[in-house]
Amino acid sequence: LVGAKSSVAGAMTTEKVSDYKDATSYNNYYEFGTDKADPARNAGTLKTKPWTVEIEGLVKKPGKYGIEDLIKLNAQEERIYRLRCVEGWSMVIPWVGYSLAELIKKVEPQGNAKFVEFVTLADPKTMPFVGSRVLDWPYVEGLRMDEAMHPLTLLTFGMYGEVLPNQNGAPVRLVVPWKYGFKSAKSIVKIRFVEKEPSTAWNKAAANEYGFYSNVNPNVDHPRWSQATERRIGDGGGLFAKRTKTQMFNGYEAQVGQLYAGMDLKKNY
Amino acid sequence: MNKLLLHPAAKPLVFLLCLLPFAWMVYGAFTNGLGANPAEYLIRSNGDWTLRFICIVLAVTPLRVMTKWNGLARFRRMLGLFAYFYVVLHLLSYSWFDMGFELGDIAKDIAKRPFILVGFTGFLLLTPLAATSFNRAIKAMGAKRWQLLHKLVYVISGLGLLHFFWMRAGKNNFNEVFIYAAIIAVLLGWRVWNYASKKISATPAGQGRPQLSKR
Repeated sequence: LVGAKSSVAGAMTTEKVSDYKDATSYNNYYEFGTDKADPARNAGTLKTKPWTVEIEGLVKKPGKYGIEDLIKLNAQEERIYRLRCVEGWSMVIPWVGYSLAELIKKVEPQGNAKFVEFVTLADPKTMPFVGSRVLDWPYVEGLRMDEAMHPLTLLTFGMYGEVLPNQNGAPVRLVVPWKYGFKSAKSIVKIRFVEKEPSTAWNKAAANEYGFYSNVNPNVDHPRWSQATERRIGDGGGLFAKRTKTQMFNGYEAQVGQLYAGMDLKKNY
Repeated sequence: MNKLLLHPAAKPLVFLLCLLPFAWMVYGAFTNGLGANPAEYLIRSNGDWTLRFICIVLAVTPLRVMTKWNGLARFRRMLGLFAYFYVVLHLLSYSWFDMGFELGDIAKDIAKRPFILVGFTGFLLLTPLAATSFNRAIKAMGAKRWQLLHKLVYVISGLGLLHFFWMRAGKNNFNEVFIYAAIIAVLLGWRVWNYASKKISATPAGQGRPQLSKR
């Protein structure tokens, strides 16, 4: 799966891209296990064909999209984004997809649609850890409408010029580069337009630790660790590499800062 | 079994076994075999091994009493010192890889985060135990006081568990925590039961029964 280089502002960082091996073997995808190595080991069972994504809720054109049609809906672009995990590590990943806004425009949300909710697959037959008490399945994420419409918000089908590996959220996932990684829902089966803020998986599990917004913010610490710095995975320095400073909105402040003008980001973490 | 335990080669052998996790980490660090995030790997596995050695050392006495393998007693000090060895490595890797040895930042982090404070307190409490691990210390302190001091390990095991529990709490991932908690509960519970049953057999009401144990 190849995409043309994106011309969206901020979409092509020139930082060193992480190794494909690291990006596909160090994953958080709890449906396949809580250890970072589990998803690569266990996600082989995920069946990505056939796959449909249902568009429902407050839209004028609800419906079901087969994954093939969804891929062809718009020209694919390559975007090289920083990915910052809430746990304090980061990578740089070349994704392939198109702005979620392209899909949203096609399905025409109604005026009262204020949020977009992403429901992901929860299939106990192919996902061994669905049913564990870690989270309330299915994994649900959400964005405010203006966040969802932002051109950097990527509906993603591939990475490193290939279709997404299962452990990275095949066949279709979201990538929201200015938010902590868990906001970017994997293996999406439903996109729902709603009026009220959706209750999201990690927020339900630990509201004091994971807020709805979860924008990358070096000034607001996680209750159990600092968010001021991050460890860039595989940056060459190995074990003794220094941690790098985390940037406001993961370095996308110029592009997305205005979405949060006037908001208290300590309260809306 | 007791013969085996008292064999002159037994101690060096156990010593080498206890060093295996450390050897594995050193090997992995030099051969790039610790996964994508080697710093996290080292911090976590040294923490894991600390907790494991605390469980192992707490298992020595119950095992010795139940099996009558009295030769086990001679390994207890070494096993305890290995728990300290791994907790030092745990603290060292956190201070180095996560905090870059910035002492000010480390102090702030300890004060700010309950889960780190609890872990650090456990380390502090374990230090006098490690420091009094030679025969002359026992003599100088007197066996009674020395034993009392070393009962601190019960508190330390609780702190270690709480530290681990809090680490996993945000991710609701308690399976491993519960396994360690169950093991420690059994090992401490055995001591309570053992103590209580000794007391019962020592009371007048128990005099008619055959003595279970003289000790």
